[in-house]
Amino acid sequence: MTAPGAGGLQPGAPPASAPHPGMPTYLGMPSFPVAARAAVADSQLRANLTHATHTIRAKRAGAVAELADWEQLRQAAKEIKDHTLAHLDTYLLRLEANVTRAGGHVHWAADADEANAIVAGLVRSAGADGVVKVKSMATQETGLNEALAADGIGALETDLAELIVQLGHDRPSHILVPAIHRNRAEIREIFRTQMPGAPAGLTDDPQALAAAARAHLRQAFLSASVGVSGANFAIAETGSLVVVESEGNGRMCVTLPRTLISVVGIEKILPSWRDLEVFLALLPRSSTAERMNPYTSTWTGITPGDGPEHFHLVLLDNGRTSALADQTGRQALRCIRCSACLNVCPVYERTGGHAYGSPYPGPIGAIISPLLRGVTSPADASLPYASTLCGACYEVCPVAINIPEVLVHLRAKVVDAKREKTFSPERTIFQLSGWVLRSPRLLAAAQRAAATGGKLVARSGRIRRLPPPLNGWTETRDAPAPPPESFRAWWARTRGTGR
Amino acid sequence: MRIGLFVTCLTDTLFPGTGQAVVAVLERLGHQVDFPAAQACCGQMHFNTGYRREAVPMARGFTAAFAGYEAVVTPSASCASMVREYYPALAAQARDPGLARAVAEVAPRTYELSVFLTGVLGVTDVGAYFPHRVTYHPSCHSLRMLQVGDAPLRLLRAVRGLDLADLPEADVCCGFGGTFAVKNPDVSAAICADKVAAVRQTGAEVLCAADNSCLMHIGGALDRQRSGVAVMHLAEILARTEDAR
Repeated sequence: MTAPGAGGLQPGAPPASAPHPGMPTYLGMPSFPVAARAAVADSQLRANLTHATHTIRAKRAGAVAELADWEQLRQAAKEIKDHTLAHLDTYLLRLEANVTRAGGHVHWAADADEANAIVAGLVRSAGADGVVKVKSMATQETGLNEALAADGIGALETDLAELIVQLGHDRPSHILVPAIHRNRAEIREIFRTQMPGAPAGLTDDPQALAAAARAHLRQAFLSASVGVSGANFAIAETGSLVVVESEGNGRMCVTLPRTLISVVGIEKILPSWRDLEVFLALLPRSSTAERMNPYTSTWTGITPGDGPEHFHLVLLDNGRTSALADQTGRQALRCIRCSACLNVCPVYERTGGHAYGSPYPGPIGAIISPLLRGVTSPADASLPYASTLCGACYEVCPVAINIPEVLVHLRAKVVDAKREKTFSPERTIFQLSGWVLRSPRLLAAAQRAAATGGKLVARSGRIRRLPPPLNGWTETRDAPAPPPESFRAWWARTRGTGR
Repeated sequence: MRIGLFVTCLTDTLFPGTGQAVVAVLERLGHQVDFPAAQACCGQMHFNTGYRREAVPMARGFTAAFAGYEAVVTPSASCASMVREYYPALAAQARDPGLARAVAEVAPRTYELSVFLTGVLGVTDVGAYFPHRVTYHPSCHSLRMLQVGDAPLRLLRAVRGLDLADLPEADVCCGFGGTFAVKNPDVSAAICADKVAAVRQTGAEVLCAADNSCLMHIGGALDRQRSGVAVMHLAEILARTEDAR
């Protein structure tokens, strides 16, 4: 067990300087069980996560309970998204036509590299060497900040939690609350040591911390010539984008700079404003447990004399069309990134987000990452197994994604992808146990063998240590010793063989 | 009613007392119980771990063993939900119309014990006597897949002498998750630690559930800590009477 605080700031981390460093990448992440082991042992992380997830969980339950028609809203959202995904080509072309008509420019990016190159080119042609950013999952997914940094362009995250993460040379660990793994004492320390011009005598009072961040960001907002955003929704019928946020930094980013670049996943589209109504009821209650979020910004192309003079929409695929081709997996594209599933997940609560090796942590990350990236890397192949299949995520999902169903589907993909490969100890165990467990005769023989073996290793009916691969069980739990007589042996002895 | 007992491979092998208790309760209520010896495993572990191909013959074996029974009763919400919720998809993926027909016939008649007692037989008082302080953990598959609701609690409340203690955060997973417990042992143990703390907070002598798999997990941790809290399947409590302890 790591002592409190030991998992916190790295003393050797480089100081912040302009341009801001990009967020570290996720390449080469270890598999989930390995990453999770370290997280589970970090008591400061565990305390921070338990406190935060339990608080949000309870608030969300209260906010959802206020709406008598929650289930109908959920069903409507599911159907709107499914309809849109089934006609994605139509709606994307409609969106493109309407954005263009409103004076915007639409770019199509097949993958992360294309998206990053488009954005870097646009920033350069705007004559800028830095951008202000409003929190965006799509640009975290593409590693935009790192790509821009490699091109000599600084990217400043303006969401408070993203700023904390960026200043701390850290990675986000939650979709909505990226610095959920930090407490305010840790945040004060990050600001004090990493934020240029941090006030002397800064305390860990939340208001003081917010005020320090505000002062730090204000100058950047006023001087930036390029803003980069994502979007929560893209409305096809008018070519409008919608960003939902709590701090007002998003409003600054999409209105103050002369050039606005929005990177948006192709699944974020909704046919009409009428459809948006459903999602504006579901999203704030599911994510921040608010009836309505403080800032909802919408814009349509450019408006002369008001807001950005140039608007670019980068539509990102990056694995989405292959996810769409997966009949069971495609439901994950309904996701509106609310993070309700993270907050109720018993696994996420113990590991935090970093163990998932992706900007998308928690239950949704365990399905989205393998759907977008495939199941070939050890990290992606381990993600579908990072769940107890307890179903709490499906229960709270506002767009009714059956996450356990997709997890089990992806597990089959992981297993099937390895079937052609050479020897696998796990597959051998499952094939052999499959033979035994489908045959009453072999099962009975195994039960007799287990009873004999159990007598040798058990003490007072309990087994304290088992060999691999079951040693993971007996590290922390006793195992029951097989009884001298199985149920079927008892039945045969007392009732005869039956049919 | 001709009832086929699906005892499950886990209970058959490790917890025969639970199977005997199911037989005792159903016979006490005047029903004939049969144990078709052709039964083995429902295939849930293989299916949930990604070995679907290996699970298909187990599903075929299950449907063959239980064809023709008016009701199939099992002391596992988890295995019941495998049959009811996942067998149809498994049969469709295996492109086996014969299996699909057999599943359509047997799956709707496959019941978890508490659902069968309260929903099908309409019984909540099974004549049990168990003068102990008990707390109940609603397993995830009973709660969220099978949606058994408060059926187990209604059965427990009707047991004479039983002092039922509310389990804090009862609906949170215990961290078992089948092969999850072995593939991610650290996270599994961390989740279980909180469940164990909640159980001990109740002051209960006995932790009860409708799934021996979860009980094996939580009970294994309770035993490792020498907590003195016993685990018992719901059926074993319902089988206790003043005559038969």
